[in-house]
Amino acid sequence: MSDVILQLNNVESSYGPVKAIRGVSLKVSQGSVVTVLGANGAGKSTILKTISGIIDPQKGSVVYRGEPIQKKDPAWIVRQGIAHVPEGREIFPLLTVRENLLMGAYTRALGERAAVEQEIGQVYGYFPILKERANQPAGQLSGGQQQMLAISRALLAKPTIMLLDEPSLGLSPKLTHEIFEIIRRINAERGVTILVVEQNARVALKYADYGYVLEVGRIVMEDPCSVLREKEDVKEFYLGIKDAGVRGTRRWKKKKTWR
Amino acid sequence: MLQFLQLVASGIAQGCIYGLIALGFVLIYKATETINFAQGDLMMLGGFLGLTGTLALGLPFWAAFAAALLVMLFFGMALERVVLRPLLGQPAFTVVMVTIGVGYLARGLVTMIPEWGTDTHVLPVPYKDQIVSLGGNGTEGGLIMSMEHVVVIAVTALLIVALYLLFKHTRIGIAMQATSQNQLAAFYMGIPVRRINMLVWGISAAVSACAGLLLAPITFVHANMGFIGLKAFPAAVVGGFGSIPGALVGGLIIGVVETLAGFYLPEGFKDIAAYIVVLVMLAVKPNGLFGENLRKKV
Repeated sequence: MSDVILQLNNVESSYGPVKAIRGVSLKVSQGSVVTVLGANGAGKSTILKTISGIIDPQKGSVVYRGEPIQKKDPAWIVRQGIAHVPEGREIFPLLTVRENLLMGAYTRALGERAAVEQEIGQVYGYFPILKERANQPAGQLSGGQQQMLAISRALLAKPTIMLLDEPSLGLSPKLTHEIFEIIRRINAERGVTILVVEQNARVALKYADYGYVLEVGRIVMEDPCSVLREKEDVKEFYLGIKDAGVRGTRRWKKKKTWR
Repeated sequence: MLQFLQLVASGIAQGCIYGLIALGFVLIYKATETINFAQGDLMMLGGFLGLTGTLALGLPFWAAFAAALLVMLFFGMALERVVLRPLLGQPAFTVVMVTIGVGYLARGLVTMIPEWGTDTHVLPVPYKDQIVSLGGNGTEGGLIMSMEHVVVIAVTALLIVALYLLFKHTRIGIAMQATSQNQLAAFYMGIPVRRINMLVWGISAAVSACAGLLLAPITFVHANMGFIGLKAFPAAVVGGFGSIPGALVGGLIIGVVETLAGFYLPEGFKDIAAYIVVLVMLAVKPNGLFGENLRKKV
């Protein structure tokens, strides 16, 4: 891999006594799209929350551009160029779409006002619907539009790397593809590095360059997505493709079958 | 008819006071989801600061007014930083008990300060005993209001405009709204949530102090004047707790109803009118007039 921009070394984070991730190590190289796949409760969101400083890890380090950033203030981390698009969009429902976008630029200096206005224009280019609805309360948007808003809001922080937490959550397959197309465009056109965690493996593996598979808090597999797509286990458990066979023949698989 | 209008006018003035204190309640409730039962006592402190500013320091009234607001702004921020922030994450009940305690403490400490004490004071104002008449010819046949009431209404209106501009058109104001709507997302955006909450406490204290300074010329400055907060609380409920315009409208309703009840109804109704209004409101529209009923979209 080329130059690594973000690296997690043996990170352990927990909610009280419950360990959510147990020694996760991963690397994200500059300009790439990296995905972390995993089921409910595997610890995907925890990884992102640990990176953006919402949760402090017990062990391990988060290294961003060669500097450890774990246990720093979230606001500081945003200023370093790490923007987080949280799970379930988490927009500000009573603020207008425009005001939501302005809040995304909160960490930027007041002198950048003109640049921010210009970028709001660019963001409207990605998602024209947001321009139409600029002065409506964000709570009135549909789920997909709220996701678009959440992504746009993160873009206004002028991130070097964007963390996306299940952008496909609650969206139709068509809309999911549209969102991922735009994520790729953002990556290509603006050079923003992307780390996206997903349950929807099919889409994530299609659009990402490199993938990690997370199970109960541990990384169990990593490879370029083209390789991951062809692996038997991934095919069976994350893509739902299976050759005819007896269910649960292998021990670790047995755990995952529904009976 | 004129008499009725006369009553409504003074009810509105009284309602502005309730509205301002209710506004203090609502600001803190929206930002931190706790209710500050020391709100009335913050108002009382504002009154006393005005007293000290004009009498002891000899400042002109409006300078003392502004100084008192500024001091209370910082007092509110300090209160949040020192007393409430360490309680972050504790149950709401704990916080409520602490604010009640702060109220008692404030009332007690005030009586120990020389010059303040347990006495009833009069806040001297330049517009004392002046009268404004609206309509009619001169002082005959028109609506007559005391200058104190006119000042209450005017200053309240000014304050509302200032707060509106703050919340709608400044970045920090929008950030305050954002923080109150979705604290977690505010953290993600890099908004300094704790500092914002501190500022909200400061503004809330200043708004209450403003109510105290406006009320002082009409009644008196006294250690127990903060109990008026008990009537401002129904105002906040009537308006729909959590709505800023609601707090003011609720205050006005309570003020007007109370004044009318005091005049037209038998002795005693004046004091309970506010609670009757709130009971009726809770029975008819539990969310209050401007109550928000937002559901989260999944």
